[in-house]
Amino acid sequence: MRRLQLEQRTFAVLRWLTIAALVVVTLFPFYYMLMMSFVPIQELLRDPGMVFPAAANLTLGTYQDVLRPLDEGGQGFAQFMRNSFLVATATTILTLLLVIPGAYAVSRLRFRGRRQVSALFLVVYLFPAIIIAIPLFVGFSALGIRQSLIGLVLVYIALTVPVSIYLLRSYFDTIPMSIEESARIDGASRVQTMWHITIPLARPTILSTALYIWMIAWNEFLFALLFLVAERDLWTVSLGLSQLADGIEVAKTTLMAGSVLLTVPVVVLYAIAERGLTEGLTSGAEKG
Amino acid sequence: MSSAAATAPRSRNRFRGQQRENRDAWILVSPTAIIVVAVIVVPILWNVILAFQDKSFTSIAAEGIFGGELTMDNFLAVVTGAGFWRSLWTTVIYSVLSTLGSIVVGLVAALCFRSPFRGRGALRSMMLLPYVAPVVAVTFVWQVMLNPQYGVLNHYGQRLLGWDQGVDFLGRAPFALLTVIVFEIWRYFPFAFLFLTARLVALPRDIEEAALVDGVTPSQNFRHMVLPQLMSTIALLSVLRLIMTFNKFDDVYLLTGGAAGTEVAAVRVYNQLMGSFDISSAAATALVLAIVLAIFLAAYLRLSARAEDRS
Repeated sequence: MRRLQLEQRTFAVLRWLTIAALVVVTLFPFYYMLMMSFVPIQELLRDPGMVFPAAANLTLGTYQDVLRPLDEGGQGFAQFMRNSFLVATATTILTLLLVIPGAYAVSRLRFRGRRQVSALFLVVYLFPAIIIAIPLFVGFSALGIRQSLIGLVLVYIALTVPVSIYLLRSYFDTIPMSIEESARIDGASRVQTMWHITIPLARPTILSTALYIWMIAWNEFLFALLFLVAERDLWTVSLGLSQLADGIEVAKTTLMAGSVLLTVPVVVLYAIAERGLTEGLTSGAEKG
Repeated sequence: MSSAAATAPRSRNRFRGQQRENRDAWILVSPTAIIVVAVIVVPILWNVILAFQDKSFTSIAAEGIFGGELTMDNFLAVVTGAGFWRSLWTTVIYSVLSTLGSIVVGLVAALCFRSPFRGRGALRSMMLLPYVAPVVAVTFVWQVMLNPQYGVLNHYGQRLLGWDQGVDFLGRAPFALLTVIVFEIWRYFPFAFLFLTARLVALPRDIEEAALVDGVTPSQNFRHMVLPQLMSTIALLSVLRLIMTFNKFDDVYLLTGGAAGTEVAAVRVYNQLMGSFDISSAAATALVLAIVLAIFLAAYLRLSARAEDRS
């Protein structure tokens, strides 16, 4: 009995300590990023231990500096954000156009090669991205689309197909067949059934899948680096930040403002999509 | 008699329906399949060919992309090189420790957040931030925080913990790999937390509550009731994380560029490609990386199939 009480008390205390430690460790880098983005670089160098800066020292100059175009003495992040936005949005729309019919077919229809096709979509996800990087670098150079946003979109579509198929397919699987069958008996064609019955039912899942694709494309780094490093005008935010962070010319707090601009869209979208996404991604785990 | 006459056209109809379903399905699925084959499958196969050629950017300019003879020399040179095995070993240490760490921390977090308290939902969502945030932004913040001159960690390490000088966390040999692993745990424990929480929510609570009345202590409860029911999720997480970390490029490249004993295989491939323009060595290294992964997966599948047979 004493062991029971002892354990209950220690775990009650330990639990709160652990929660506090986890929250601090998880969130401190984000707090630090946000805080530093409003601090002039001299302040950081003067007092590296600064965690709560005085309000009087805060500035918006870092954001002006990072957003302004290069020829006006800034870092050109407004241009990078435009590039990232275009790439992420194009990737999202095109991937959905491909994947909704694809996931529907894999979930709903019986056809020769169905198992092979669904296995293909899963297996490609297991290969290291770097293995396709080399041939794509060589091949896209030969085709003349390496240094363009179009080449990047093409790769991002392929990279986001597997997880999008997975998310949509597991939702389609939960829609009862009988709903579609009654529409078919009423004389609707396959495409009509898909368009008028299944897709409207799946709208929440399609939305969270769309946001997930957008986030992956917005965050992506390897292929942007590989394809576009020499073309500053085409840099995405991720690529721009990583390239400028390597040098010493740009003030670190200015780049903190750049990090905030890179992070905020993703966090906002995540807040919108969270429910649908966490449920979709873990749907396999709950069954054990 | 009439029934036999009726089944013949019906089965022909069914056959035709099946054929149409087949055709419709392929129309719907082929655009996706084509792009996956063109952008992923073909490059993977081409990578295999490149690994057995001797190509650099200059030889491609001279012979075109499809020219060149097949040879074992390049592949053998890569596999027998000392740097290659060191890099593979680094990759193994890095992925095993990161996977282990992120699952343990994720499990602790999931258990701590199990019973409700005020603000739990909001905190839980915020705990996922490291996983969803852009990798370039978070590696940059870590780099600044860990900087030996103006980093906040070194500042307080010297002030409060009595370090006599700034520690170069990302540039010195034993620290760099450790830091990269800690970063990986920080970034991916939310993933384990997410999956384990989903599993914990689905566990029936009444048996545990009855056991609690009988005087079962929290640690006994965890060992005999909760953990066994989480094992299948933990196994799934281990495999997923191990594969993903094994293939990982961004995190290590952005933190250290592969310096100071952190050159994992994917970063080595990149450095061979962009640093020394040695296409074929890069392709051979990438190929071995994929083969090691495939062996691991095959072993896992066989083991789990055997475990299933037994149960």
